[in-house]
Amino acid sequence: MRPEAAAAGEPAAGPDVVIDVEGLTKSFGGRVVVDGLTMQVRKGLIYGFLGPNGSGKTTTIRMLCGLLTPDSGRGTCLGYDILTQSDEIKRHVGYMTQRFSLYGDLSIRENLEFVARVYGLPEPRRAAQEAIDRLGLANRAGQLAGNLSGGWKQRLALGACILPQPQLLLLDEPTAGVDPKARRDFWDEIHALAGEGLTVLVSTHYMDEAERCHEIAYIAYGELLAQGTAADVIAKAHLATWTVTGPDLAALSEALKKTPGVEMVTAFGASLHVSGRDSARLEAAVAPFRARGTQAWRRDEPTLEDAFIDLMSRSKDNFG
Amino acid sequence: MSAPVPPGTGDRRRTRGIRAALGRIGAIFVKELIQLRRDRITFAMMAFIPLAQLLLFGYAINTNPRDLPTAVFVRDDSIFARTFLTALRNTDYFEITAVARSEAELDALIVSGAVQFGVEIPAGFGRDLIRGERPAILVVADASDPTATGGAVAALEGLGASLFARELTGPAAKLAAGEQPYEIRVHRRYNPGGETRLNIVPGLMGTILTLTMLIFTALSITREIERGTMENLLVMPVRPVEIMIGKILPYLAVGAGQTALILVFARLLFAVPIEGSLALLLALTMLFVLANLAVGYTFSTIADTQLQAMQMSFFFFLPNILLSGFMFPFRGMPAWAQYVGEVLPLTHYLRIVRGIMLKGAGLGDLRTDVVALAAFTLAAMALAVARFRQTLD
Repeated sequence: MRPEAAAAGEPAAGPDVVIDVEGLTKSFGGRVVVDGLTMQVRKGLIYGFLGPNGSGKTTTIRMLCGLLTPDSGRGTCLGYDILTQSDEIKRHVGYMTQRFSLYGDLSIRENLEFVARVYGLPEPRRAAQEAIDRLGLANRAGQLAGNLSGGWKQRLALGACILPQPQLLLLDEPTAGVDPKARRDFWDEIHALAGEGLTVLVSTHYMDEAERCHEIAYIAYGELLAQGTAADVIAKAHLATWTVTGPDLAALSEALKKTPGVEMVTAFGASLHVSGRDSARLEAAVAPFRARGTQAWRRDEPTLEDAFIDLMSRSKDNFG
Repeated sequence: MSAPVPPGTGDRRRTRGIRAALGRIGAIFVKELIQLRRDRITFAMMAFIPLAQLLLFGYAINTNPRDLPTAVFVRDDSIFARTFLTALRNTDYFEITAVARSEAELDALIVSGAVQFGVEIPAGFGRDLIRGERPAILVVADASDPTATGGAVAALEGLGASLFARELTGPAAKLAAGEQPYEIRVHRRYNPGGETRLNIVPGLMGTILTLTMLIFTALSITREIERGTMENLLVMPVRPVEIMIGKILPYLAVGAGQTALILVFARLLFAVPIEGSLALLLALTMLFVLANLAVGYTFSTIADTQLQAMQMSFFFFLPNILLSGFMFPFRGMPAWAQYVGEVLPLTHYLRIVRGIMLKGAGLGDLRTDVVALAAFTLAAMALAVARFRQTLD
């Protein structure tokens, strides 16, 4: 929560706030998907949007760019009202859909030229060529977009998004199903764009990606549960964590899950993360297990993932 | 499967055998049923289409039309002329809807399609009849649709000698008993040989264009939705009207190509004439193509899937064929079916294409149909733009 914006009490708060919405609510067929969401995103930030599947991330992004009309709530995107000025928003926002949504039966060049023409760029052919060069797609420009691999499709989609020089990028799980190398390249590109002053709102499931964002917001079942830098979010979770290594971890895990004071037991390959919200209670709960001496116990810092899993388990599931 | 089975044989036992196959067929059958039930439009159409079409067409189709609009030009005021006109009406085939005051007026009524028949009773008809000179009544039939006129012409010829039995008295009485005391000269215009192909080929042009154009655009929006490209298109700064025009224009060119192809072959293979202006025919055909593209596009904005769009197209296509006058005479249908026919683009196009190709009609003769077609096109486009969902709500 940004105090200066909250104090102003006006959605259009200052020139450096790019997204400023409050109370956004949306339901589909009686099921509330986004519930009273309020958030602000400053210019030039990479803002990570995290949350489990079906938590309302896509719906929120669609409301921001005018693809969905909120049931209630208000706000601005780039200073334009999201309820009444979606035409202006569309002109200045690049939205990368979760599913590849360029034309599979058009070549890379044809897709980019199409985008350039729709946005009315002065020299669509040249703009497309520059995008092709920038993306390193020069020797694939004639290939049909539908035949590209996941990583290349994603590169092309990003290229099409930034072609009309938007001020804000909305990326909906852009790296789903993409290999680690391509993910890393993609994030380098995102950081380069943010360095040029572009604001990026990106939804993701990956913790390493969350840690590459300037700020993150955690949304579950339509509600915003945490917001801030990664360190803030971890600190606010107030978790105490132990890391356990050694034999018989599966049996230990089952036993720990039944122990009061232990909120979370997660296996990470050859180690277990054991967390609790009350440090002293956790200490007492694990003491008998430590005394056995079968495994090695070590006090550890909670990770962002620990914090998120904790948030998720605390929030109620409205599907149930 | 509780008994432990060696992995290989178990798999084989489970995947072979009729029982296992039936199980899999059953699984797919149930899945299809569920999906069908969830697809409301398809489900509704399955029940509605056959019933609606059966009732609609069962009652509407009549290959022996009666009450055909007829214009009369009467130049004789004798009792015989009046008796003839009464008898004409009593056949039930002719309904006198216009009285012409000159031959030119009679002609114009036929060219524009306002009437199917023109009947001219010559001056001195009654006098010549009594004198036994067998005067001729001229009947001009618009035979561009031979089935429409066949029954009426036969009824006319069957009026016979007894027609004037009451009027022919005294010395003239012998005329009533003998040979028919007058002559009926039927002039079948536009298609004197009564050849069906002259009527069918121009009509086919309209039917073929209806089907192909309709389907081209009917799939255009649903295809974007099914391929997931719609979401991307919607966030771009492009207006619904612009999307519609951009999607329709290429098919207008396709329609022009198809028209050229059909016209060349109609000429080469079926020797169908083009009596009127070729330029006018082409221009109005483009208007008709546009009308169908607009309808298809409208369906595309309503349907959720390509299948639904196809079903809607066929649902629209059938009445176009059956109620437009393509397959069955338009004037043979009951009034309500004619009203339905009047809102279909093919009905108006058939009048235009037959008018120009067979009758040599000009723009002035066809203006009602041209206006109707243009109004229809605009209405379909307005509906499509209104229906276009600019959001994913």
